[in-house]
Amino acid sequence: MKNWLNQHVRVLLFTIRRFYATPLSSLLNILVIGIALSLPTGLYVLMQNIQNLAEQAIGKPQISIFLSMDANQDDISRISKKLKQHDEIKSVELVPRDQALEQLKQTTGLADVIGGLAQNPLPDAFIVYPKNLHAQALQALRDELQQWPKLEHVQLDSAWAHKLEALLNFGRLAVLILAMLLSLALVAITFNTIRLQILTQREEIEVSALIGATNNFIRRPFLYFGLLQGLLGGVAAWLIIIISVALLNSSLTGLAELYASHFTLHPPSAGDSLTLLLFSAYLGWLGAWLSVKQHLLSML
Amino acid sequence: MIHFNHVNKRYPSGYQALKNISFEIAEGEMVFLTGHSGAGKSTLLKLIAAIERPNSGSVVVKGKNVATLKNSALPYLRRNLGLIFQDHKLLFDRSVFDNVVLPLQICGFDHRDSAKRVRAALDKVGLLDREKAHPVALSGGEQQRLCIARAIVNRPAIMLADEPTGNLDADSAHDIMGIFKSFHQVGVTLLIATHDENILQQFEGRKLALKHGELRP
Repeated sequence: MKNWLNQHVRVLLFTIRRFYATPLSSLLNILVIGIALSLPTGLYVLMQNIQNLAEQAIGKPQISIFLSMDANQDDISRISKKLKQHDEIKSVELVPRDQALEQLKQTTGLADVIGGLAQNPLPDAFIVYPKNLHAQALQALRDELQQWPKLEHVQLDSAWAHKLEALLNFGRLAVLILAMLLSLALVAITFNTIRLQILTQREEIEVSALIGATNNFIRRPFLYFGLLQGLLGGVAAWLIIIISVALLNSSLTGLAELYASHFTLHPPSAGDSLTLLLFSAYLGWLGAWLSVKQHLLSML
Repeated sequence: MIHFNHVNKRYPSGYQALKNISFEIAEGEMVFLTGHSGAGKSTLLKLIAAIERPNSGSVVVKGKNVATLKNSALPYLRRNLGLIFQDHKLLFDRSVFDNVVLPLQICGFDHRDSAKRVRAALDKVGLLDREKAHPVALSGGEQQRLCIARAIVNRPAIMLADEPTGNLDADSAHDIMGIFKSFHQVGVTLLIATHDENILQQFEGRKLALKHGELRP
């Protein structure tokens, strides 16, 4: 066990020294990986922010329920209770018909016209705030409420939700395609770096094999190198995004003040950051592994 | 210690390097393998270290048939062998010390233990004061001695040397053979391939003569 740990610590130190031995090319490799990864990650961060902004600016989606004109006070309280107990509904707001008429008078400037009406043409209404904001869930809830008795009309204000969802889906797909392509690029970069290393260390590899090195022993420094290079590339990508967000925020505050808003870009969350680092380290390892499989074992 | 039994080796090109070779080397023996270049000396040594595999017959080293050994078991076989190459196979990107420490790193020795063993090995071949030098700065004889130091640092029971005095002047060659003799005296089994007539006359030991891939009686 101690022996095993010794070997790994030594390989790790050896790998770090190898980075130091060629500082410029190591740095450039890390930078290329960092830039490649920062593109999809940056787009992802931007989308998260757009989603937040949209929810803030447009408000939560809601369902308006209009009761039939013949609904009495008992019906109203029964429906209200039923709505409040519903699992999919977060909160319910009652808009009595008289209040609705008052609001209409005040906001539309149609006071004269409305004053001329013989009776209040508006029904009692509920505004329902659902828990699940996905377009499909909203639709399902609307369809369910439509079946209830004494409800004249159930209206889902979901046009914007549909649009946003479509937009976000489009964005997600773009991020996914970009991420896949640039991940391939990362694997290719590592593959090539390791190939060159194997070629320059051909003698060492041959001698090691002749004096009793196992395949794992020979493979290990290259895998470590790939892993470390990927990880450092991930760190570079993370730094690029953090710095970009900070720069954009400093110019956004001026812009947002003009619009009397407090909009700022949020940097990636801790979870997202960790995912980025693990993913880039894994891709580096994968590139190295493929390269070792291709070039090393044909040599031994 | 080493036992060849009806061994044939034919290379993929069709060249028959060894024909029906059978012999035995006892523990602690020093044996010379002689013959002209192309007689099959190197191939025979390679079969012992499983760098090449025979087409038929068995090669038993320390009780194990190397001919049928799995690839994954080869490293552990080779750790018991001290291999000395005609072209030294030194690594020129690192110091004398780092060349010799490589087998110990491969076996996973810790740092302090390795340093002791490396210096002991360098001392035996007379290179103790050159541990920081680079192999490029060494003469041919010194490079060969460095190769020997790397082969013995693991304290192997068997040493195989392929033309160890091949490119050396008479004095250096004599030094090298003196080192081998000292290993023989402490019980190491040695198989030395050489076509150097001077050495064969000066040093005692059984001789296996190869000619066109066959052992001569």
